[in-house]
This record gives sequence, structure tokens and C-alpha cells, in this order.
Amino acid sequence: MSKEHEKGMSLIVKKVTCLTVGLILLYGIYIVLHGHVSPGGGFAGGVIIALSFIHLMLAFGKEAAMKRLSESKASLFEGLGAVSFLAIALLGFTGGYFFKNVAAKGDPGALFSAGIIPLCNIAICLKVGAGLFGVFVALVLLKFDTEKK
Amino acid sequence: MTPGSAIVPLAVAIPLGGAFLVALLGRQARWLPDALGLLATLAAFVLSLFAVRLVAAEGIVVYSVGERVLPYGIAMVLDGLSAFMLVTVNIIAFLVAIFSIDYMERFTAKWQFYTLFLLMVAGMNGVVVTGDMFNLFVFLEIAAVASYALVAFGTERHELEAAFKYAVMGSLGSLCILLGIVFLYSYTSTLNMADMARVLAAQGRGNITLLAGALLLFGFGLKAAAVPFHAWLPDAHPSAPAPISAMLSGVLIKSLGVYAMCRVLFNVIGEMRIVQETLLFMGALSMIVGVFLAIGQWDLKRLLAYHSISQIGYVILGIGLWTPLGILGGLFHLFNHSVFKSLLFLGSGAVEYSTGTRDLQQMGGLRVKMPVTGSTTLVASMSIAGVPPFNGFWSKLIIIMAAVQSDRLGYAFWAVLASLLTLASFMKVMKYAFFGKLGERWASVKEVPFFMQLSMIALAVICVAGGLLLLPDVQKVFLEAAANVLENGTAYARVVFSEVQ
Amino acid sequence: MSSIGAQMPYVLTLFLFCLGVYGMLVKRNVIKIIIGMVIAEYAVNLFFVLAAFKFGGRSPIFSTTDKELLAANMVDPLPHALVLTAIVIGLATTALFVAIAMRLYEKYGTFDIAEIRELRG
Repeated sequence: MSKEHEKGMSLIVKKVTCLTVGLILLYGIYIVLHGHVSPGGGFAGGVIIALSFIHLMLAFGKEAAMKRLSESKASLFEGLGAVSFLAIALLGFTGGYFFKNVAAKGDPGALFSAGIIPLCNIAICLKVGAGLFGVFVALVLLKFDTEKK
Repeated sequence: MTPGSAIVPLAVAIPLGGAFLVALLGRQARWLPDALGLLATLAAFVLSLFAVRLVAAEGIVVYSVGERVLPYGIAMVLDGLSAFMLVTVNIIAFLVAIFSIDYMERFTAKWQFYTLFLLMVAGMNGVVVTGDMFNLFVFLEIAAVASYALVAFGTERHELEAAFKYAVMGSLGSLCILLGIVFLYSYTSTLNMADMARVLAAQGRGNITLLAGALLLFGFGLKAAAVPFHAWLPDAHPSAPAPISAMLSGVLIKSLGVYAMCRVLFNVIGEMRIVQETLLFMGALSMIVGVFLAIGQWDLKRLLAYHSISQIGYVILGIGLWTPLGILGGLFHLFNHSVFKSLLFLGSGAVEYSTGTRDLQQMGGLRVKMPVTGSTTLVASMSIAGVPPFNGFWSKLIIIMAAVQSDRLGYAFWAVLASLLTLASFMKVMKYAFFGKLGERWASVKEVPFFMQLSMIALAVICVAGGLLLLPDVQKVFLEAAANVLENGTAYARVVFSEVQ
Repeated sequence: MSSIGAQMPYVLTLFLFCLGVYGMLVKRNVIKIIIGMVIAEYAVNLFFVLAAFKFGGRSPIFSTTDKELLAANMVDPLPHALVLTAIVIGLATTALFVAIAMRLYEKYGTFDIAEIRELRG
């Protein structure tokens, strides 16, 4: 097989990926930020963001994707997302209850509204996106002992 | 809500926070995962003791997460049974965390172990504290998936095979539990346990409740490893690392299996004769099958795993009798079994740490070289066999007395027979492993490190002092409070609702 | 509402669940067992969403803050949120299963569960 196949897929796929991967990332961020006014939220947006990185890896080979989001950075984002979600929940204690909605709630349907829900969405997006990408990297790049020779 | 009731969500949030912090910072320093793990489990243990005091002072505590209007929000309910289970889970978790400081040095990536361990503890605490059906399922899955990963932790051949089989059967059980919850929700239109009990009592149980109850019994019975759903336990518990075997056998099958089964079948669905008969039969079957299969075992941990099945049979038998004495005996045996079974598994882990083998026929005379391990395992063996004055004797006596009192002499006979066979089995363990002549290959064996000894001695002390839990003042606060909750059955709903309104 | 045509989705979903459980219990290939588990889990999620359905209902999204249209004839939104949680749980379980299966292949060299039987007794 030609050397092209070692570094990803064919030229057409690479060109189309160049055009779409940024849009996919942006779409994922849109779904996360509008999670409290339209369907979606943290989990769905996080999956789409992870998919954009996986798309990059599938089209260009693993070097290109790992350069942009290495395993240690993915691990860091994942931990940050989890800790910040728990911190937001514990912040509810300032209002007297665990997980209480203590931030300002604006008008329903506006972008800056609904208290802590957008913040929770962002935390979940970090965790899910980085986690899913980490799972993919771990499963795909797993080197068996037999192959390490 | 009083300030004290804030401990209810903290019992879940603290191990969860510990797990996330270990995942984030675990690679920075070598001592950091140990310290965070110890701190989180110690904090959870202290909180559980406060929880017992809180329930004794205030009765049932209902905490609505996020201050939402009940029953539309998620409720966390702390009553006598929850406080009892919290203490059981957290004391074992704390002592096992102490044990793993030294034991898990052999494995690389200790921080991964502590992350999964604290996640499992958080899941178990959540199962015990929650008052909402779907929340029960979510926490159950958290604890179960963490335990699948922990069984496979060493990634050796046997561990992976055992983990795969455990995971397949466990997820089958979880799916059936979810299906049962779906049926109950579609019938009652509510997820809050108290509200569901109220609606079921008002609307009458139809056939769908029978179907949901059967599915839930199947699912929770599979988690509790009651016969005939026990097939995963003899593979999974021996293959896990010793502290995880202690956690799995000691608290996971009780918190996820027996507690959830009792909570749903007693407090939500209410009393049904067919459920009671099924529980009695399952309990007796587990007792007998477990102990018969254990007699021929030469692998130490596999023998202990079969005895777990048998002792869980005692607990289910006690609870299935549905008399005050029976439920008291069943719950007391649940606590005792957590203590002495964890001690036995930790002892087997200590033996494996020093000698490298689990085969009873190869060991011999280890008491000379490992006095602490030998004496604590002797204490635990006498407890599980029901020798007075250790704690196992009291709880088995209460169960047998309750069986005789409610005219179930057949079950009482089987209980006594199983107890005698357990005694025989553990005499074999002690003779082959610890007493007898010291084999030549074990001449250079040393005692295990300090932390492992510390946790084993602490558990042995609890074994000896366990009978003190039957003193009238202590019993009223701890055991009877738990037994009364189950006995009251669907009156739980009335009490919870009166707190809410 | 109890015509057989109206009951078909529920029956078919439970049939899908039985297929998944059959795959989990009977098939010998590890990957087929995992796929069986995934099918069974999707079937339960689908059944949950179907249990929320109301004939003639609309989707439970507030696309406008107009008070008159609020909550008029919507299907039950609670199972939708619960199914989202259940899907995430299923994802985590599947990822763990696949990781265990890959390591199993590395250690045993086969995907046949009948040959991966060293623990017995």
C-alpha cells in the first residue's frame, strides 16, 4: 500500500475534513451553551466535540490529532470538568441546599439565564468530551505485548 | 432543614470529590492518592456515625436535593436502615483503605485504584441514602461499573476472565432492574419511593406490580449473589485483589443487592406473601448450596467466596421471615458478615502477600511466622462458624430463634446444619493454613507490613465486641431502628410524607 | 387504544430486549456478547421513551415562552431525561466491556468464550 495510508485517509477525505472539522467543533460548543433553551446540553455537546477530534484523527492519522489534544491534556480537562461540576454542586450550600440553583436566573428563553445550569453544562461537556476522546485513544492506540516487538 | 441534615448529601459528595481529586492530581506525588483515599473514607466514616446520632435524635430526615418541591425533585432519605448501612459500608471502606496502602504497592498506577475505589464507595453510599427509584439505579450502576473495573485491576488472565463474566451477568441484572423501574414508573407516574408506595397502596397492586417485582427480585438477587444467580461470585471475588475482594464480598453485595431488595420490596411494593416465600426459599437454598460447594475447595479465596453465598443466604432467610426478631437477626448478621468476611479476605490477602500462594495444600504452620495474621484469621473463623462469644454466634442464634418462633422448623434445621458445616470448613482452613508444621519453603516468610496489620486488628476487635451491639441502649439506636423501618413496610411512605408536607 | 396495532411498538421493543439477552447468554464470541448487551440496553431505553408517549402529544420542548402553548398536550418529559442518563451509563459500560475484551484477546489469543475457561471448580 502507498505511504499515504499510513498517515490517514485519501486526499478527498482530508480536504473535506479541513473544511468541516472546525464547524463540527463550533456546532458542539453551540449545543452546550444553548443547553438550557434547546435540546442538547452537556452530554450531547460533549460527544460532538469529541467526535470532531476523532474525525481529525481518522482523516489525518494519529499524529495530527494528538498534537492538538494530547493524552495528558485530555486527562487534565476530564479531571477539571469533574471537579468543577462537584464544586458547583457544593456551591449550592451557600444557598442552604446541596445543588441548589444559586446563580441569578434571568428570563426563561434568554441565553444568560437559568442559574447554574449553563455552568453545569460546560463542566459536563469538558468531562464527556475529553473522556470520550481519551477512551477512543486508549482503545485504538492500545499496544499489545505481542505487537510491541 | 437543620444544619445537621447537610451530612446526607455529603456522605455521597465526599467520596466522589475524593475520587475526582485523585483522578486529577494523583500523578503529582506518590503519597497523594493514599492520603486522599484515607481522608475521604475517614470523613465518610465519621459522617456515618453522625448520621446514626441524627436519626436517633430527629427520626427520619428527608433532604430534598436543590430544595425542589417534593415529590417532583430527588429526595434523599436518612432513616434507621440507611444510617445502619452507612456505618457498615464506611467502616469497612475505611479499614480496607488502610489495608490497601501497603497491599497495592505491587501494582503500578495506585492512583487509578483509589479513583475507582472511592467511586465505588460513593456509589454505595448513594444507593443507601437515596429516596428516589431512578437515582437508586444510577448510583447502583456507578458502584457496579467501578467494581467491574476493579476486579480486572491486575490485568492478569484470570482477573480479566472473571471480570468479563462478572460484568456480563452484572449488566444483565442492571438491565432487568431498569426494566422493573420502567414498569413501576409507568404504573404509578412517580419516581419518589414514598410517593410510589402511597400510590401503590391507593391504587392497588395490579399484575404489573407482580411483573415489576419479579424483575426487580431477579436483578437485585443477581447483585446479591443469591442462589440461583450466584454463578459470577466464585470467579469474581477470588480473582480481584484482596482489598477489593473484601469490599465486594463485605459490602457491595449487601448494599447493592440485599439493601436495595429490602428497600424496594418492603417499603415500596409492600408485603406480599409470594415475595416472602420466595425470599425464604432463596435464602435457605443459598445457605445450603454455598456451604456444600465450599467444603471441597482448596483455593482459599474461592472457599471464602462460596461461604459468602452461604452467609448471604442467612441474611435473606432472616429478613424473609418478616418477624421483628427475624429482621433484627438478618440485619445484625449483615453487619457481622461485613466485618468478619472482610477480615477473612484481608487475611487471605496478607497470606498471599507474604507467601505468594492461595492453595491451602501448599501452606502450613504459618502461625509461627505470621502471628498477627494467624490470630485475626482465627478470630474471624470462629465468628463465621458461630462460636460464642464472637459476633457471628449472636446473629445466627437470633435468626434460628426467629425461625423456630415462627414455626419454620425446617428452615431452622437447615440453618443449624449449614452452621455446623461452616465450622467444619473453617477448621480445615485453620488447620491447613496456620496450624500444623511449618513447611520448609516458608522458612523466610515475614509478617505483613504495619498498615495491613492495623486494619486486620481493628476488624478483629469489632468481631469480638460485636456482641455488645445487642445491649439494650445500643440496640435501640442502631439495630432496632433499622429493623423497624423494614417492619413498618409501606408506613415508610406516611412518615416520609409527613416530613415533607 | 387497546387495538393490537397500538400495542405493537411495545411488543416489538420487548422482543428486541429478548434478542439482546439471547445474544448475551447464548453466543460464544465475546464481541457478539457485547453487541447483545448493547442491543438489550437500547431496547430498554426505547421502551422507557415509549412508556412516556401520549397519543396526539407533541415533543416536550418549550420553543416559545407563550403561556398558552405551555404544557398543552406534551408527552411526558421525565423519561426523556432519564433515558439520557441511561444512555450515558450504557456508554460507560460498553467502553469498559470493550477494553476488557481487547485485553482478554491479548492474554488468551481467542475471542471464543468457551475456550476462556480457566477458572473452574
